[in-house]
Amino acid sequence: MTGSPVSGNRAFVLAGRIGLGLGSLAITILGLLLITFLISRVVPIDPVLSIVGERATEAQIAAVRAKLGLDLPMWQQFLIYVRDALTGDLGTSIRTGEPVAAEIARYFPATLELATLGTIFGTLVGVPAGVLAATRPGSLADQVVRVIGLMGYSMPVFWLGLIGLLVFYGQLDWVSGPGRLDPTYDMMMQFTLTPYTGMILIDSALNGAWDVFGNAVSHIILPAGLLGYVSMAYISRMTRSFMMNELGQEYITTARVKGMPEWRVVWVHAMKNALVPLITVITLSYAYLLEGSVLTETIFAWPGLGSYITDALFAADMPAVLGGTVVVGAVFITLNMASDLLYRLVDPRARA
Amino acid sequence: MTALRQWLQDPSPASRRQARLGQMWLAWLRIRRNRLAMAGLVIVGTLLVVAALAPWIAPHDPLAQDLTRRLLPPLTPGNLLGTDDFGRDILSRIIYGARITLYIIGLVAVTAPVLGLLIGTVAGYFGGWVDATLMRLTDIFLAFPRLILALALVAVLGPGIGNAILAIALTAWPPYARVARAETLTVRNSDYIAAIRLQGASPARIIAGHVVPMCLPSVIIRVTLDMAGVILIAAGLGFLGLGVQPPLPEWGLMISSGRKYLFEQWWVATMPGLAIFVVSLGFNLLGDGLRDVLDPRSAAR
Repeated sequence: MTGSPVSGNRAFVLAGRIGLGLGSLAITILGLLLITFLISRVVPIDPVLSIVGERATEAQIAAVRAKLGLDLPMWQQFLIYVRDALTGDLGTSIRTGEPVAAEIARYFPATLELATLGTIFGTLVGVPAGVLAATRPGSLADQVVRVIGLMGYSMPVFWLGLIGLLVFYGQLDWVSGPGRLDPTYDMMMQFTLTPYTGMILIDSALNGAWDVFGNAVSHIILPAGLLGYVSMAYISRMTRSFMMNELGQEYITTARVKGMPEWRVVWVHAMKNALVPLITVITLSYAYLLEGSVLTETIFAWPGLGSYITDALFAADMPAVLGGTVVVGAVFITLNMASDLLYRLVDPRARA
Repeated sequence: MTALRQWLQDPSPASRRQARLGQMWLAWLRIRRNRLAMAGLVIVGTLLVVAALAPWIAPHDPLAQDLTRRLLPPLTPGNLLGTDDFGRDILSRIIYGARITLYIIGLVAVTAPVLGLLIGTVAGYFGGWVDATLMRLTDIFLAFPRLILALALVAVLGPGIGNAILAIALTAWPPYARVARAETLTVRNSDYIAAIRLQGASPARIIAGHVVPMCLPSVIIRVTLDMAGVILIAAGLGFLGLGVQPPLPEWGLMISSGRKYLFEQWWVATMPGLAIFVVSLGFNLLGDGLRDVLDPRSAAR
C-alpha cells in the first residue's frame, strides 16, 4: 500500500473525468449545431431562389438544389452540416460572397480584446470590493457594494454606453469616440504595421508604435470599462458570498486565535479556498462578456463579432448570422465546460 | 382589523386555508422588514399602476406628432421630460411604454416557467432515460448564450413583438427546468406521493396536483429575479430594431431613436433608459428580498 497505486488510480479517475467532460462538450456542441441547423431550415428565404432568380426553369432549380444538397434527406443534410462546421466551413456570406469562417476570424480579435480587458477590469475591482463587503457585513461599505452591484445587474448596457459616450466623449472629451482607432492611426495600423494577433493593443506594442497604442487605449477604455462594470457586478457579489462562507469556517477562527494578522487571514487563508469557485465565476463572466459585447459593439461601432452578427442580421445574411451564432455558442460552451472542469480539478471536495 | 390579524396569527389554525394564509402573513411581515425589498415592491407596484392608468395619467397622446414642437428640452411647460424628434411627448410615451413592458414580461412569465416546470417535473419524477434526455436538452439550451439565440430566432421569425416574446420565452425556460427538477427529486420519494400513487393516481395527476405545487415557491422567486433580465433583453431587441416596431413607444426602441440626437438632445435617449433601469432594479430588489424571505437555505444567513 504505497503511494503509487493510489496516485495511479487518481490519474485514471482524472483522465476519466476529462474524457467525460469532453464527451459532454461534444454532445452539447452537437446540440448547438442541431439548433442552428433547424433554424437555417425554417428560414423563409429560399436559398435556391436567391441563387437562380425567379425566372429559372424547373431543371435549373433542381440542379441547384442537388448542388446544395437540399434534395437529400434531412438527417443526411444535418450530417453534412456538422462535418462542414467541424472542418471550419461555415458557409458563404450572401452579402460579401466570402467564406463566413474567414470573415469571423477577422472580426473575432476585436471582440476578444474588448472582452478580455473588460474581464480584467471586472476582476481587479470586483474581487477586492467583494472581500471588503464580506469582511464588514452590514456596514456602509457592504451596502454600497451591494447597491452598485445591483445597479450593474439592472442597467441596459447599451444605454449605459450611450451615457458614457455622452459624458466622457461628448462633454468631458476625456476619451475618444466610437471605433477602435482614429482614421489616421487606422491607416498606419493597416499599412505600416505587422498584424500579429489582430488585437490592436498587442500588435501596436509589439511593433513599438506607441502613438497607435495610446490612441487605441483612448478608444477601448470606455467600452472595456463598461463591460468591466457589468462583470464587476457579478464578480463582487459572488466573491462576497464565497468569502462570507469561508470566513465562517473554523480554520479561520483558529488562524485568528493564533494571532495571525487579519489581512493574512483574509487574503491568504480564506482567499486560497474562495479562489476555487471564484475561478469558475470569472470564467463564466468572461463567457457572458463575449455575448454581452453584441450590444456594446453596436454602440461603439466596434468591428467585432457582435457588430458582424447584427450587420448580417439586417442584410438577411443568414449564413453569416448562424455562423456567428455557432462561433459565439461554441466559445461560450467551451468556457463553461472549462470552468466546470477546472473546478473539479482544483477542488478536492468536488472530486468525490 | 385586529380580529383579522389575530385570526392570521393563530398558532393553532382551524382550517387549511387559515394555516396557508397565516404562513403568507408571516412571510409578508418578514418582507416588510427588508427595506430594499420594499423599495422593489413599490417600484413594481408603481409600474402596475402606471400601466393600468396610462390613458388617465399621460398628459398627451403617445403617438400624436407635432413637428412644431420637436426636440424640446425637459421641463418645458406641457412636456415635463421634453419631446422627441417627431414632437411626441416623452413622458407620455414612457407611461404607455410601461404597458408594453408589462405585456412582454407578463407573457414571458406565464410561458417560460410553465414550460420549464413541465420539463423539470417530468424529468425529475420519471428519472432514468427520460431524465437524462430532458436534462441534456436543458443543458444545451442553458449553455447557449441567451441574447444571441434570441437574435437568431428573431432573425428567422421576423421582427415584431410577438416573435420577440417567443424568442425570449424559448431562451428563458432552462433555469426553471433545473429548479423544478431539483425540487421534484426531493419530494419524489416522500410518503405522501407514495400514498397518492397507491390510491391509483396517474403520473399526470401526481405531477400536476402534488409535485408542481411544491416547486412553485422556488419558481416564483426565480421568475421575479428573471424579470429584470427579460426586461433588459426585450429592450435590447427593441434597441436593435428586432423587437417592438415603431411607432409603438417601447423603451428600448425609444433609446435607439434618440441615439441620433445623443450629443445635442441628450434627453431623448436618456429618459427611456432611466425607466428601464428603475423597473429592472425594482424586480432585482424584490426578487432578492423574496429569496431571503422564502428560501429557507438563504434565510439562515
